[in-house]
This record gives sequence, C-alpha cells and structure tokens, in this order.
Amino acid sequence: MGYFENIKRSIFTSLKGMGLSIRYFAQARIPRSKAYLDSDNYFEKANGTFTVQYPKEEIPIPDHGRYKLHNEIDDCIVCDKCAKICPVDCIDIEPVRSPEVFGQTSDGTPLRIHAAKFDIDMAKCCFCGLCTVVCPTECLTMTKEFDFTTTDILDHNFSFSKMSEKEIAEKKAVFEEFQLAKAKPSIDTTEAKKESIDLPKKAVAKPVFKPRIPKKK
Amino acid sequence: MISFPFYLGVLLIFVVLAVYAERKTAAFIQNRLGPMEVGPKGLLQTIADLLKMLQKEDIRAKAVDLIPFLIAPFIVFAAVFTGFSVLPMNEALSGSDISSGLFFLLAIVSLDILGILMAGWASNNKYSLYGAMRSVAQIISYEVPLGLSVLCVVIISGTLDLQETARLQAHGVLNWFIVQHPILIIPFIIFFIAGLAESNRAPFDLPEAESELIGGFHTEYSGFRWGMFMLAEYGMMLLVCLLAAVLFFGGWSSPFEELATGPIWGVIWLLLKALVLIFVQMWVRWTFPRLRVDQLMSLSWKYLTPLSIGMLFLCSLWKLWLMQ
Repeated sequence: MGYFENIKRSIFTSLKGMGLSIRYFAQARIPRSKAYLDSDNYFEKANGTFTVQYPKEEIPIPDHGRYKLHNEIDDCIVCDKCAKICPVDCIDIEPVRSPEVFGQTSDGTPLRIHAAKFDIDMAKCCFCGLCTVVCPTECLTMTKEFDFTTTDILDHNFSFSKMSEKEIAEKKAVFEEFQLAKAKPSIDTTEAKKESIDLPKKAVAKPVFKPRIPKKK
Repeated sequence: MISFPFYLGVLLIFVVLAVYAERKTAAFIQNRLGPMEVGPKGLLQTIADLLKMLQKEDIRAKAVDLIPFLIAPFIVFAAVFTGFSVLPMNEALSGSDISSGLFFLLAIVSLDILGILMAGWASNNKYSLYGAMRSVAQIISYEVPLGLSVLCVVIISGTLDLQETARLQAHGVLNWFIVQHPILIIPFIIFFIAGLAESNRAPFDLPEAESELIGGFHTEYSGFRWGMFMLAEYGMMLLVCLLAAVLFFGGWSSPFEELATGPIWGVIWLLLKALVLIFVQMWVRWTFPRLRVDQLMSLSWKYLTPLSIGMLFLCSLWKLWLMQ
C-alpha cells in the first residue's frame, strides 16, 4: 500500500470507528430490555445497556432449570429412593419407623416412616436432578433459587427434617416398644418363659437396628 | 496570582469528575452502566476511590533508588501544573503575563519526561524502565508535530502571548481561528493527535500499557505518589485541551458575539470548550486499540511531522497572501 493510500485508509477507518462508538454511546440511554429467550426480539438486546444490576434486578430463570433442591417434608414418605439414586451421595436420610400409619401426604400416600434426618448437602450436589425424577410423591423438587452462596461450606448442608431431638427419641421409643410387644408373644409360644429375661432383649435389639442398616447405605 | 488557586481547584475537581466521566463514557460505549453503587448513579465513586488511595501505604521497594524515586512524581506534576501558569482565564485575568507564554508552556511541559524517566529508572524494574523509555521516546517524537502545529497558529496570530491570541479571536464564533482561517483545521487535528500522545493517553498509552507493562513507569508506586502521576496525567489532558481551546477555538470568547460575555462567562466558555475536547479524547480512547511501538514512531515521523511541516509552509503562504 502506498503512502497516501495509507493516510486515506486510516482516516476513513478511524472515522468509521469513531462513528460506531458514538452510536453506542448514544444508545446507552436505552435501558436493558426485558426480552427473554422466548421473545422474538431477543437478539435486538445488543442495542442499549446490557448490564443486569444483579441484586436489584434479576433475569428470569427457565422453568425447568436445576438449582437448589427443596424437600416438602410433609409430603415425604422417607422411601430413601433419592438417596439411593444420588450419584454423589449428597442426601443423608435417617428414618425412624412408626408402628402404624400416622398421616397422609397431599396425594394420599400413607406415611409410615418419620424423617429423623433429611439433609441435602448442596456443596456436593451435581444438579443432575435424578432424585426429583425418582421421588414417588414429588416432594423433592428443584427450586428457582440459585443464589445460596455461603462463607462456610458446612452451611451448604440444608436440613429439611422438622423433628426435634425429643420427638425423635420419643418416636424411637414408641417403635422399640412396639417391636418388643411384637417379639414377646413369639417368645411366649416357644415356652421359654423362665429364662426369657435375657434372651428376648437380645432378640429385640436386632429388629430395631436391622431395618436401618440397609437404609443408611 | 489568582490563577494558581483557580487552576489548582479546577484541576482537582476536574480530576474527580473526569475519572467518573471516563468510566461512564467507557461503560456507555461498551453497553455497560459503569459505576452505579456509590451515591446517585455512582457519582461519589471517585471520591470513595480517592479516599481508598490516600489511605494506601507508600510502598518503597528495597532496590529502588530512593531519592529520585520519591521526588519523581512531584517533578512530573510540577512540570504539568506550571504549564497552567500562562493560560488566560478570561479577558482580564491570566496567570503570568509573559509575552512568550506559548513557548514557555511547551518548554516547561516537556520537562515532565524528566520526572517520568526518573520514576522509571529509579524504580529498578524492567517494566518501569520500559515504560519510561517508551514514554520519553514518544513524548520527544510527538513534541515535533505538536510544536510545528502550534507554530502554524503563531504564524497566523503573530504572537506568542496566549492572552493576546485569545483576544484576537474575541467577538463571536466567526473570529475563532479555526473558522476565520480554515487552513488551521489540519494543524488542529495534528495538535490533537500529538496532544493525546503527550498526555500518554490511549491509543498512545504504550508507556503505561496495563496489559503488557503493568502500569509502566508507575508500576512501583502506590498511594499518594501514584495519585500524583494520575493527577499529572489528567492535568496534562486538561492542559492540552485548554491550550487547543485557546489556540483554535477562541479561548474565553463567547461564540455569540456580545451575548454571554464577561469575566464569569469567560471562564465558563473556556472550560466548556476544553471539556468538549476532553470528551473527544475519552471517545477516542475507548474507540481505538493501542498502537505498536513502531507504528507509533512511524505515525509521528513519517506522517505527522512531514504533514505539519507542509502545513507550516501553507500557513505562511496564507499569512503572506491572504492576510495582507
């Protein structure tokens, strides 16, 4: 390129660039449009400011987005399916069985197990959404809440159980009694009445723990 | 005497507002919002930044050459600020009434490269030294077209006194040199480009190129001393724009003949003209990418300098044939 050609080109390109940037400057008075992916003029958003002032305004979240998990504990039948399917083992459930049906979920499923502990560690969660798929009562869902940053990683462990320590102990005792009552007649029939004070206790201790071991796994 | 507190005050307020304006201009050109949190629309952001900066420790690295390191920022600022001393403020007021004001201004302002070189050398740091070397090379190169384009105005006005230059352009927009003598448009553009380079601003900001030199000659500075460099940079911007306003756009004179004239209006017009030019400087900064070192040199020596010599010749002819 010749010397004068250089000058000519640089003048024209400079002016063009200046024109472009002043056009953007003038467009800055147009606020960010509320258009979202499904709107026809989504790509016209390039005009005007694009910034989202986050805590003050938010962009809409897709309906099927996968964010923070929520368990509607009243509807939970503590079936443990979610904990089993979880690929990263972030759901920790401790069930306490009940001798009889003590309630109903909103879709009519009878409740037989108390959730002594229902913890979801969102720090481990990989947001695959498998747990929400297997949930039979659809009580485990992914909410639209995505901003749950904490300074302590332990705060990412969300607890959904509503039972207090006292209640848990109470329910455990009730079930233990029930087991005992169930075990006693069987001992009665074996006619080992006299030395039975030691044996039945061992026999009782096993059924209390047995259902829990596979469930915890 | 009043010129000193006036321009010092103007400069300090200007820096606070210009940093804000700069960030907002950048943001708007880039489809952003810029500072929005501190104060309404982020107006107090610069004040918050200033307070933070003043509280910073004055770090002196072990290997620096202490005395030049410490005084360099003050030399840079003093050189730039002395330039303000010969600028007129309005019809009646001007700092120093020396008849060779323009010459004095150009001479004293070039002294800031001494401070920059001191800062870069004394920092004992490769980035600082590179930045200082580039800065010196750049400022010296661009001094040539800058001086020559100013000389075009001097030929036409016939005076080196800035107050006299402004007085020649009084009474309306038609008397401004750039309108009265359209041949000065090209020298003005040369002056503006060289002025950008003089004040180390983008696209000529290689001396401080953040992305490659981490701040260039002021890499090692912190706190107040770094603030002095910043102040000097913005001071240089304002000085170049004020000088352009005085030389080409009638200084303190009102664009509407006798309307809105007077001492206060004079100050307002002068600052207004300078601020418009400063906006153009910011606009340029956020439009063009930084030049390479060789491009920088070739722009100065191969294009601007021959062009300004040619314009000097044409202006002489203009003066000889058209103004007699």
